[in-house]
Amino acid sequence: MSFYWQKLLKPAVFLLCMTPTIYLLIGAYTMDLGANPVEYLAHRTGDWALRFLLIVLAMTPLRRISGWRFPIHLRRMLGLFAFYYITVHLLIYAVLDLALDWSFLLEDILERPYITIGFTAWVLLIPLAITSTNKMMRRLGKRWKQLHKLVYLIGLLGVVHYWWLVKKDLQEPIIYAGVFLLLMAMRWKKKGAVT
Amino acid sequence: MLIKKPSDIKSSEITDQKHYKDRRKFIQTGLGLTGAAMVPGLWLPAEVQAAREKLAKVKKSKFSTNAKTTPYKDVTTYNNFYEFGTGKSDPAKNAHTLQTKPWTLTIEGEVGKPGQYHLEDIIKDSVLEERIYRFRCVEAWSMVIPWVGISLADVIKRFEPSSRAKYVEFTTLYDPKQMPGQKRSVLDWPYVEALRIDEAMNPLSILAVGLYGEVLPNQSGAPLRLMVPWKYGFKNIKSIVKIRFTEKMPKTTWAAAGPREYGFYANVNPAVNHPRWSQARERVIGSGSLFTKRQKTLMFNGYADQVAGLYSGMDLKKNF
Repeated sequence: MSFYWQKLLKPAVFLLCMTPTIYLLIGAYTMDLGANPVEYLAHRTGDWALRFLLIVLAMTPLRRISGWRFPIHLRRMLGLFAFYYITVHLLIYAVLDLALDWSFLLEDILERPYITIGFTAWVLLIPLAITSTNKMMRRLGKRWKQLHKLVYLIGLLGVVHYWWLVKKDLQEPIIYAGVFLLLMAMRWKKKGAVT
Repeated sequence: MLIKKPSDIKSSEITDQKHYKDRRKFIQTGLGLTGAAMVPGLWLPAEVQAAREKLAKVKKSKFSTNAKTTPYKDVTTYNNFYEFGTGKSDPAKNAHTLQTKPWTLTIEGEVGKPGQYHLEDIIKDSVLEERIYRFRCVEAWSMVIPWVGISLADVIKRFEPSSRAKYVEFTTLYDPKQMPGQKRSVLDWPYVEALRIDEAMNPLSILAVGLYGEVLPNQSGAPLRLMVPWKYGFKNIKSIVKIRFTEKMPKTTWAAAGPREYGFYANVNPAVNHPRWSQARERVIGSGSLFTKRQKTLMFNGYADQVAGLYSGMDLKKNF
């Protein structure tokens, strides 16, 4: 890749990753989010959170298959976008849907398994986001890699979260679960080659 | 032995009735849209706008609530009707394939007058009433909907149910051509719902044929659907083709699909949660703001005065 493209790549991908947010903000501003806007925002940000988790998990296999280096350069930013969309998803649920009623929030987190694991996924992502800087990578050394293996568990939690909340039609959760399993299987095969 | 003679005209060259009807529908839809275009602010998706037809001689009812009604657009573009897809905007997009005229209702089981009845004849002999009811979905959202309907009790009496008729079972049309959602086995088609006979005879129970003073749009369960406002939405079966009177409790679709999550009674009850979510509060559809709080769900959806007596002595946690 030429130097010119390398410089452009990150800002371009950043903007691309922001388009769902811009799209939803325009929808919210014009109140064009359908009959149940809170649910719509929660679902769409949830979709993107899960998609970004899977995109992050796809970077290592993509690098290995293609030989390109850029997937690894983008990995941190994509991971932070996953954290960003999960955080927005959680905020929409807590602020708009529950109106920050702490007793309801606590009841949901403790008693509803799909919310318990969704919330757990967000909590587990916090240390990964905090330790995503170069400085932290250097500081943690070998342990950094160990810590960041948590993303596999977080991906699993995200997929199960979606699976458990769907009322009856499992078609979409099955697709996400399938992609997740495929990405994990690609790691299993060539364990020694994983970077 | 019967030998079939090949037809002179290839079957592929004959315009089938569906296309013929589609053409008529196309013309009607076109006219409907022209009408809508002349009324500013009344823009709706073409599928929703198609074939809007006013109902005449609709009486007011003392059972109507004063609560603010949910906008027509929200009622008709956000609902569950899995026969047209599992997304909540799918019914409005896909239900145009449903043919509601003519419509035959089959009456079976423990009745004196079983048989096949034209829907028009049943409606012709009934009083049309506007019933503005609260509607509470099991998914914890709610609306206030001005239905136009006929008393279910009056209709049932005409078929003369016998003393053995303890339950009333309703069945939705099964025709994957008209209802493309039935091509996927998300539920065990056809959709079946049922009421105890005393629930069906309650004055609140109606068969709805209209909405907002107009003929019921396809996506809302045209041409005939049940409306029992103290129960969760899924009890209110749509596009009914058969009513059967039985002695035993019928197997109903959602109760069979998820026996832990959906019961036969499905009475709105804020004290009994769905295993996966709370039923204590509900999101009111159509508030127009992102910051509207959920409202508290009422016992029997606010109809306790009229229906609580039906369940006296019953454990509503067990019979959910």
